[in-house]
Amino acid sequence: MRIAVFTAAATLALLAMPPAQAADPTFTVVIKDHMFEPARIEVPAGQKIQLIVKNMDTTAEEFDSPELKREKVIAAGKEATIYLGPLKPGTYRFVGEYHGATAKGELVAK
Amino acid sequence: MLSTAIIVFREILEAALIVGVVMAASRGVPRRGVAVATGMGGGVLGAVVVAVFAGEIADAVAGAGQEIFNACVLLVAVAMLGWHNVWMKTHGREIARHMADVGIAVRGGSRPVRALGVVVGAAVLREGSETVLFLYGIAASAGGGMAEMLAGGLLGLAGGVALGVAMYRGLLKIPPRHLFAVTSALILLMAAGMASQAAAFLVAADLLPPLGSQLWDTTFLLDPGSLLGRTAHTLIGYDARPAGVQMLVFVLTLAVIGLSMRAAGGKPPVRVQPAL
Repeated sequence: MRIAVFTAAATLALLAMPPAQAADPTFTVVIKDHMFEPARIEVPAGQKIQLIVKNMDTTAEEFDSPELKREKVIAAGKEATIYLGPLKPGTYRFVGEYHGATAKGELVAK
Repeated sequence: MLSTAIIVFREILEAALIVGVVMAASRGVPRRGVAVATGMGGGVLGAVVVAVFAGEIADAVAGAGQEIFNACVLLVAVAMLGWHNVWMKTHGREIARHMADVGIAVRGGSRPVRALGVVVGAAVLREGSETVLFLYGIAASAGGGMAEMLAGGLLGLAGGVALGVAMYRGLLKIPPRHLFAVTSALILLMAAGMASQAAAFLVAADLLPPLGSQLWDTTFLLDPGSLLGRTAHTLIGYDARPAGVQMLVFVLTLAVIGLSMRAAGGKPPVRVQPAL
């Protein structure tokens, strides 16, 4: 019980922290029929960016990229913001872990 | 079906290994099975709740709710693991001495074992909610999704349980005199690894600076997606591409828990009267 209270308190404390700046350039990718659209996204290297992933499917998907060090579940019909960078120039692959055969994409930082 | 089983296995692997280590570390402590089972049950229930509210959690705090929630669950587990290790430093010798006797009441023994129950619950909660969402997706897909979900899910679960049991059995091969030293070291590393993972989540939420977003890349040596890579990730906090802040948090956690253990170890062990 005390642990539940502690968890709740810790979560609230972190929730009270100021949200991230919204000024960083934003890019959007859509998940539909377990595929990413567009499957290739070009972003600027060397600065912070935000990747908005919209899940148009009726089931959840997990955005997964070891190369970007990000793993994030996106519920059905929801969108999620993934804070990235500053990235070094290069190609970073990502997949939808729940449908890895079809949900594949890459982020190209230039 | 096999792909379903593999994903379920991958998701529950971490929780399975943690249960294996926790069971070995609490050997000889009365009612540890109850604590661990309660943790597991609570974790499963919590995982379902988290899965149902996944959208709401993710939408909180400018879309960073999921990362913050994961970081908090990890940090609770770190605190519990640290407390367990410090407690074992003072009481472990008593337990080791009486391990052969059945039914020895170790005074206060149920408290740290409850902490380990919380650790198990936290692990099941984190990995379990992703498994629930994934399986729900399979079941909801058209064309006999339910049967595939059940078969794949059970096969993956069986694999996870087998791995946890193997971990437990392997650790019990260690002579009782050294068992707690080994499990304490393992739990110390596990706690530091979880703290570093929590830091990674807070970087992903844009709440912590990465302090160097990638210090190095050892993927070519040990792929973090492989079975061995994932095992190393759980047991010693292996990260193929650590950020600077993760290293810092890893070392700090090792130092804080390690020094607390050293301080606790200096005290004479509490005398325990054997129950008649």
